[in-house]
Amino acid sequence: MNGSKQLMAERTYQHFAAQTLVLSSVFLGLVPLIWFAISRGGIAAFRLDAGVWDVLVFTLEQAFLSMVLSAIPGLLIARALARQDFPGHAWLLRLFAVPTALPAIVVVLALTSIYGNRHLLGGWIELYGLGGILLAHVFFNLPLAVRLFYEASEQIAPENFRLSAQLSFTDRELFWHVEWPVFRNIVPRVSALIFLLCAASFVIVLTLGGPTATTLEVAIYQSLRLDFDIGRALTLALIQIVLCFGLVALSGRVMLQNVTHAGNQLFQRRYDGRGFGARFFDFTMIALGAFIVLPPLLALFSSGMTQIQISPQVLNAAGFSFGIGMISSCLALLLAWNIAQQSDWFSQGLALSALIVPPAVMATGWFILLRDFSDSVSVVIATIIALNALMALPFVISILAPAFERNRKKYDRLCAQLALSGWQKIRHIDLPLMTRPLVQSFLLAFILSIGDLTAITLLGNQGVVTLPSLIQIQMGHYRGSDAAGTAFLLAILSLICAWAAQKFGDAHDLD
Amino acid sequence: MKKILLTATMLLALGAVAQAKDVLTVYTYESFVGDYGPGAKIKAKFEETCDCEVKWVSLGDGVAVLNRLKLEGKDTKADVVLGLDTNLTAEAHDLGVFGKHGVDVSRAKVPGGWTDTEFLPYDYGHFAFVYNTELIKNPPNSLEELVNGDPKQKIALEDPRSSTPGLGFLLWMKSVYGDKAPEKWKVLKKRILITAPGWNEAYALFTKGEVSMVFSYVTSPAYHMIEEKTDKYQAANFVEGHYLQIEVAGVIEASPHKALAQKFMDFILTPGFQDNIPTINWMMPASATSAPLPSEFDKLVKPAKTLIYSPQEVNAHRRDWINEWFKAVNG
Repeated sequence: MNGSKQLMAERTYQHFAAQTLVLSSVFLGLVPLIWFAISRGGIAAFRLDAGVWDVLVFTLEQAFLSMVLSAIPGLLIARALARQDFPGHAWLLRLFAVPTALPAIVVVLALTSIYGNRHLLGGWIELYGLGGILLAHVFFNLPLAVRLFYEASEQIAPENFRLSAQLSFTDRELFWHVEWPVFRNIVPRVSALIFLLCAASFVIVLTLGGPTATTLEVAIYQSLRLDFDIGRALTLALIQIVLCFGLVALSGRVMLQNVTHAGNQLFQRRYDGRGFGARFFDFTMIALGAFIVLPPLLALFSSGMTQIQISPQVLNAAGFSFGIGMISSCLALLLAWNIAQQSDWFSQGLALSALIVPPAVMATGWFILLRDFSDSVSVVIATIIALNALMALPFVISILAPAFERNRKKYDRLCAQLALSGWQKIRHIDLPLMTRPLVQSFLLAFILSIGDLTAITLLGNQGVVTLPSLIQIQMGHYRGSDAAGTAFLLAILSLICAWAAQKFGDAHDLD
Repeated sequence: MKKILLTATMLLALGAVAQAKDVLTVYTYESFVGDYGPGAKIKAKFEETCDCEVKWVSLGDGVAVLNRLKLEGKDTKADVVLGLDTNLTAEAHDLGVFGKHGVDVSRAKVPGGWTDTEFLPYDYGHFAFVYNTELIKNPPNSLEELVNGDPKQKIALEDPRSSTPGLGFLLWMKSVYGDKAPEKWKVLKKRILITAPGWNEAYALFTKGEVSMVFSYVTSPAYHMIEEKTDKYQAANFVEGHYLQIEVAGVIEASPHKALAQKFMDFILTPGFQDNIPTINWMMPASATSAPLPSEFDKLVKPAKTLIYSPQEVNAHRRDWINEWFKAVNG
């Protein structure tokens, strides 16, 4: 008992530190802005106009539709991939990691080479309008959902499948008794993530939707940039924060306690999904996923492959992307390690804070604080790293939390008995058992970070050029084909990382 | 891994290296510097004339530069600001941080002449619709023809809320149609396939063949003719005239390097600076270059008339005009 108490106290301290760090970085973003707005315009600075309701309705509408269209098929595809094996299975999963790294404009261009005027599937879908916005959002988020759900299903104890087979469970019974209890835990989290990503979407919404499609993020951007109306930007951000926090709290209520049985670590072998109907359904779902994700990627590869140049600026940008990605992913993992062990809705909300509080608002606030050092490269890099780490946090947590949950169920009592705690527990229990989720979440954070443009656009670069910002720069100088080459490199880099992560994870798995 | 961390640490340390020479800090937009912009060459040329160092601080675009100044106010670290356009100078003036540039304004050769003693032009460009000659055989000869043209022939514009060219076209419509602008927007709307957040996105989709026309600059075809040796993309000449964008620089009054800053302003209108404008920044030079412009520039559209609002007019009406546009295209 004594050991268990000690354990609890220690954890609370670390969690508290991680939570405080995240919370204070959010506050350090908001408070200087509030102060700035009040010092310039008084309280009257916080105001709103009627048009904001239309904006709100559209934001919610497109984000909700994108979420439903990504999360439900994502779950079904993940399940299909988990129980069916076929040649190319591993590569499909790796390719599903690539969209997350791509800047929005690269995706828009890739989509136009498939669905655009005078192209293969031109006219199949109204690319310029809500249809196109949803298509682009699904292209980004469906593979993300598949990967997150797939990771969760890897956490199901192998005995469960064996037992179900011995009990002659039908696929449906197996789904409700074995798979769903695991998915149920992360469905709200993944849905909330996708919803927030789509609510914050900017380039896709404007490019494909035009002025009719104005989201909250566009309105915030306009107030922050063109009008430099910080009061309005803050009010809009506040609406977004309240709205999203409400949603997260709501999804937290839906989330029930994990009831899975934590079994032994054995090679997961599945006995379900063998019937013709099940196989037909699974392969239809996999084909659907491949049909949405692969053609635009293929278009991107084929247009970029011939354009690739290994010039000093490309290498330089790749180096910056790689370095920033590495450090910010480590930071994200470090924070997530502590927050992911908590399942209360406050921690859940905190984990999503970088998506709930518009990064543009947060970065502007940080800038006000750091403006005396704004011309220093190191401060710019540090800020980019911090923002990227915060933005990756929710993704990392969605992968780590189920794994922690499983470990806790299985080993907490044992650890208490052995008085194993702190670093010893991490070394002997958590790290060996969590190699795979750790590597996968690191990969996701890394891919998110190398594809990110938010921080660098907001803070100015001071000579720091990453791969996505190089794409921007090349496009800005009429060098569209060079940009295609750089985008290809970015895609290949993320594909290689996905491959390496899987190899590493497999090699160090205890199975 | 160790190597990466080491590199990162070294990068972090770079910022702390002390500088000995007089450093002139110049705020500008991103595409002016970097590997594709004229910044590095201009820096080298200017540093030949002084025992000093030019330090570019680059921000997203002209609007981002202005916003940085708004955030920093009088504490700004800039000595010179380069990259605002005339749609932003009234707001920039109101910040009260700019001093006189001290250069003889008659040396600035921009359409309509120059009188402002606070901001000095370094280049200019008329906006224009650039079209794909393989898709359009009869380009519109006027804004009116563009507005009433075949709705099946789609165009790409930029959003005036997030893009300077986007704002440029809004002002162009307003300067030609005045109070009738909203109804003309409603007609034009049928032709608009894309209203992109920025010029980059709109132009990329245009060269991809998604639209047959894009809102850009008179000088855009020069890039394709010189760098890509193709006549495929040309600009349409409109009889109502073309809206003008003038890019300017200014000196920060409180700068500790004010003499050096004014020396830089003087340098702006010399060939050492201007030679780098036409074929690197792809804009028109604001004064003589050392050699005549490449012959491709002779083939560019020469606007019969220049349209431009004063900075004060833009500043006073921009918000209302954007709301008006927003209502028209959403109606």
